[in-house]
Amino acid sequence: MARVVVSVMPKPEILDPQGKAVQGALPRLGFTGVTEVRQGKRFELELDGEVTDAVLAEVDKMAETLLSNPVIENYTVTVEEPVQ
Amino acid sequence: MRVGVVTFPGSLDDVDARRAVRIGGNEAVALWHADADLKGVDAVVLPGGFSYGDYLRCGAISRFAPVMGEVVEAAGRGLPVLGICNGFQILCESHLLPGALIRNDHRKFVCRDQRLRVENNRTPWTSAYAEGQEITIALKNGEGGFVADKPTLERIEGEGQVVARYLEVNPNGSLNDIAGITNERGNVVGLMPHPEHAVEELTGTGTDGLGFFTSLAESVLA
Repeated sequence: MARVVVSVMPKPEILDPQGKAVQGALPRLGFTGVTEVRQGKRFELELDGEVTDAVLAEVDKMAETLLSNPVIENYTVTVEEPVQ
Repeated sequence: MRVGVVTFPGSLDDVDARRAVRIGGNEAVALWHADADLKGVDAVVLPGGFSYGDYLRCGAISRFAPVMGEVVEAAGRGLPVLGICNGFQILCESHLLPGALIRNDHRKFVCRDQRLRVENNRTPWTSAYAEGQEITIALKNGEGGFVADKPTLERIEGEGQVVARYLEVNPNGSLNDIAGITNERGNVVGLMPHPEHAVEELTGTGTDGLGFFTSLAESVLA
């Protein structure tokens, strides 16, 4: 078993109303000094077997077709628990 | 003409859309998202609602419904397709239309009678309108902000692919006040406001939306 994490973030040039809402709330709670908040999504995929290049290529395809919308979002794929 | 209206789980304007199709003088055909079958219709409407999978991104999972495979293929052959609100989101997720729709810039759900200007009457869905005609139809959305990168935005503006623009108020932060767009070929149209709610005097703001449903007949006669 291995865990592959896909992180999806709105592209820098795309407005992120949710991040803006969080940023607006922080000073009201006394947290200062945060100049920007961007809110994204994290997908944890539990996979059978070894994380080979072919498996990672497949995850990449999942990330590009369903987990993110490449028009407005960027994604990264990381292996969280390397195969023993 | 026979106009198919797709029902997804969560569609809530499919019945209104079928009614609008009939009032517009066409035959409404109910289509089911899980059937890869367009029943030989001459055009398709993807209605508004909250299609399943909105928690990922609006329209992101609906895009992979069996019926959408048929819609994408038929749209490629020139079949007229109109996506309203959630339907617009599904068309963008399907890459039948450029750009994407994101959460409203003010983060609130908005419901209002929206003034629009019809910018392009050369589509099978807008030929009943005059170019520049101003209309009022209902708008209701939480994620209706149209965005696209700069080159895409310049291209759709330059090619006249903006179908309708918001007047007086930009209700959701859409770039360039864009309320609706069409594809390069002009057969696929996405619109955030709801013309199917403005087809009878008895309810709503009037009948300004009817043109979207009578245009099909006119474009055939033309």
